[in-house]
Amino acid sequence: MKAVGIILAGGNNRRIRELSNKRAVAAMPVAGTYRSIDFALSNMSNSNIKRVAVLTQYNAKSLNEHLNSSKWWDFGRKQGGLYVFTPTLTVNNNNWFRGTADSLYQNLDFLKRSHEPYVVIASGDGIYKIDFNDVLKYHVEKRADVTIVCKEMNSGEDLARFGCIQKDEDGRITEFEEKPVVVRSNVISCGIYVVRRRLLIELLEVAASEDRYDFVKDVLIRYRNKKKIYAYMHEGYWNNISDLNAYFRTNMDFLKKDVRDYFFRQGEPICSKVDDLPPAKYNPGSYVKNSLISAGCIVNGQVENSVIFKKAFIGNNCIIRNSIILNDVYIADNCCIENCIVEAHSTLCANTNHVGTKDKIQIVIEENDRFVMS
Amino acid sequence: MIKKEMIAMLLAGGQGSRLGVLTSKVAKPAVAFGGKYRIIDFPLSNCINSGIDTVGVLTQYQPLRLNTHIGIGIPWDLDRNHGGVTILSPYEQTGKSDWFTGTANAIYQNINYIDGLNPEYVLILGGDHIYKMDYEIMLEYHKANQADITMAAMPVPIEEASRFGVLITDETGRITDFQEKPKVPKSNLASMGIYIFTWPVLREALMTNKEVPGLDFGMHVIPYCHSRGDRVFCYEYNGYWKDVGTLYSYWESNMELIDLVPIFNLYEDYWKIYTKSDTLPPQYISADAQVERCIIGDATEIYGKVTGSVIGSSVTIEKDAVVYDSIIMEGAVIKAGARVYKAIIAENTVVGENATLGWGDYAESQYNKKVYCSDLVTIGENSVIPANVMVGKNTAISGVTVPEDYPNGYLPSGGYIIKAGEKE
Repeated sequence: MKAVGIILAGGNNRRIRELSNKRAVAAMPVAGTYRSIDFALSNMSNSNIKRVAVLTQYNAKSLNEHLNSSKWWDFGRKQGGLYVFTPTLTVNNNNWFRGTADSLYQNLDFLKRSHEPYVVIASGDGIYKIDFNDVLKYHVEKRADVTIVCKEMNSGEDLARFGCIQKDEDGRITEFEEKPVVVRSNVISCGIYVVRRRLLIELLEVAASEDRYDFVKDVLIRYRNKKKIYAYMHEGYWNNISDLNAYFRTNMDFLKKDVRDYFFRQGEPICSKVDDLPPAKYNPGSYVKNSLISAGCIVNGQVENSVIFKKAFIGNNCIIRNSIILNDVYIADNCCIENCIVEAHSTLCANTNHVGTKDKIQIVIEENDRFVMS
Repeated sequence: MIKKEMIAMLLAGGQGSRLGVLTSKVAKPAVAFGGKYRIIDFPLSNCINSGIDTVGVLTQYQPLRLNTHIGIGIPWDLDRNHGGVTILSPYEQTGKSDWFTGTANAIYQNINYIDGLNPEYVLILGGDHIYKMDYEIMLEYHKANQADITMAAMPVPIEEASRFGVLITDETGRITDFQEKPKVPKSNLASMGIYIFTWPVLREALMTNKEVPGLDFGMHVIPYCHSRGDRVFCYEYNGYWKDVGTLYSYWESNMELIDLVPIFNLYEDYWKIYTKSDTLPPQYISADAQVERCIIGDATEIYGKVTGSVIGSSVTIEKDAVVYDSIIMEGAVIKAGARVYKAIIAENTVVGENATLGWGDYAESQYNKKVYCSDLVTIGENSVIPANVMVGKNTAISGVTVPEDYPNGYLPSGGYIIKAGEKE
């Protein structure tokens, strides 16, 4: 592969509410056993990209723990590797990353010292599978300056949270509007870009000299008429977890067989950090319907239409319905959880009830003492 | 070079012939256990949890699965710059080329490996038991006694003692006598096949006895050391330890994992069992499924009814299929409407639509009475059971079978179908 990879994983996102207090969006748990960033990392690894930089800033503890070894994604080679860059004080600079373009600019050395001719930039909050070789091939064929991976969304979707694009017949992007007030197209940018490395360095240096810090606004949108920016249409599943509803829905999508098959049974695998947890255990009284259950869980109660992440304990007579239970949650007997997301490491006392509605998913964070039965 | 205080030598070359078709293509230590593990994961995890980071794994019988499973030891943190896990297989020598002819002979043939590391102590382990044990505590005991050899042993009911090597000790724990599978046991302390040797003692004993045919620890080396007056001690172990050498004990110890609070608990954080596992998605339990009293591995999809069973990873149990009291290993598919009662189904086997396994009354095996002597239906890896057939109890099936193999669609209890299993 003739490209290096960069994953923008520095962002916080208030629209996933309290869940972002603990971690960067890229470290959000997804689909039971994964973290959001696993998808971008695995796509890069599976596309044979050998050198990948992850740019972090906001609350990176959880992310750094997850990235504690590059083995999990088969990086960490003599030729290539996984690099995690956080903002640092230097002689010339004592700023945080002031935007995506600035974060790239502050790590310009990584780009300058690479020798691959292209760069693939992806965000850490996309849930998708893509072969970047196809995108690169398209990029070269179109003689594009920048290629943006785009997706045609269903009309029912709330598009105002995305960057919307308009393109001509050839695929060249003519309009690009970030989070538009009036939506004029249902084609959106997935936040995945392919660009020639030398051009990127040049663009970033110009932006920095003008004190412009945002990659989308100050580079892509600003140069849309001067540079040839093309849209690569991605046909498969794509979603991002940029707000609470999207996060909830994306997880629930994995209850559909076609989505599971697409991600887990067809093509290249998605890799993640392996936790060495025992198999899930179903005790007498367990009643589970249409749910995903992850390794290390112990189920005694009732679970329906839910996604249960790793190492959850669900007590006797519990009812978990239409909910997401994140990692290492302990739910004591007789609890009822409906339309909720239970934050990781929560401990729910016996007889607790949390009932949200389908339109208003409730976030449950409970830090009680945990009495582990043995 | 950093000196290793103690290294482990793990004997993993045995076939485990009493596991029948389960070990026809893999060595016993590589047999799946408890949903996602393989038997060898237990001693390997014990090693790393006990602070032993250098392990020689001696392989001989069907080593491929074992080799790929262990790899360079990443899952057990045994990929080390110095030490780590090393697979030791029999090799050709000038003038003679021998298989490993006995447990001690296998160590003798790898004396160079141990010399290269020059440890103070050598821990000898088998690769076919399910247990959690801190070898470091055993080593402390060994040192405190200034022992030459320490043998781990556990008390068993006296009526069962005659199946084991029995140790007779004095009040200090020093061994005064042994009995190998005695008719009338003098003690109930059964040897677990776990030894710590002070390396120079072992080395000398191996060199002296190298010509003994089939050189074995229990039969030759230990009696030799004892007779010349070495300090041989017994380390009593009282935790869970299970020999999974027979089909029934293998099945039973899997089933024990399902108990509400299992005697052997895999859910403890401080003594993790590690295994090679790919990143796998969670398991899916469908709206029509019913699961109770079972453990289920990752990426498995359940659309049928599963009760009292141990299900491995990436298994599919289709709609209206029923699985009771069974072990289903990785990648197996139980098709719609099939009924499985008390069966052990090895990797990637397909059970056809509406087939019934484990039906009828017990009958003596026509294949091998020593191996097949319980109610269990045992099916080897990569087998195919055609749709709509009935299979009785105490049966063995291996290979791709077709309806013609089942006269009247029925394999009676005690029967077997073994196809010379070249994969096409």
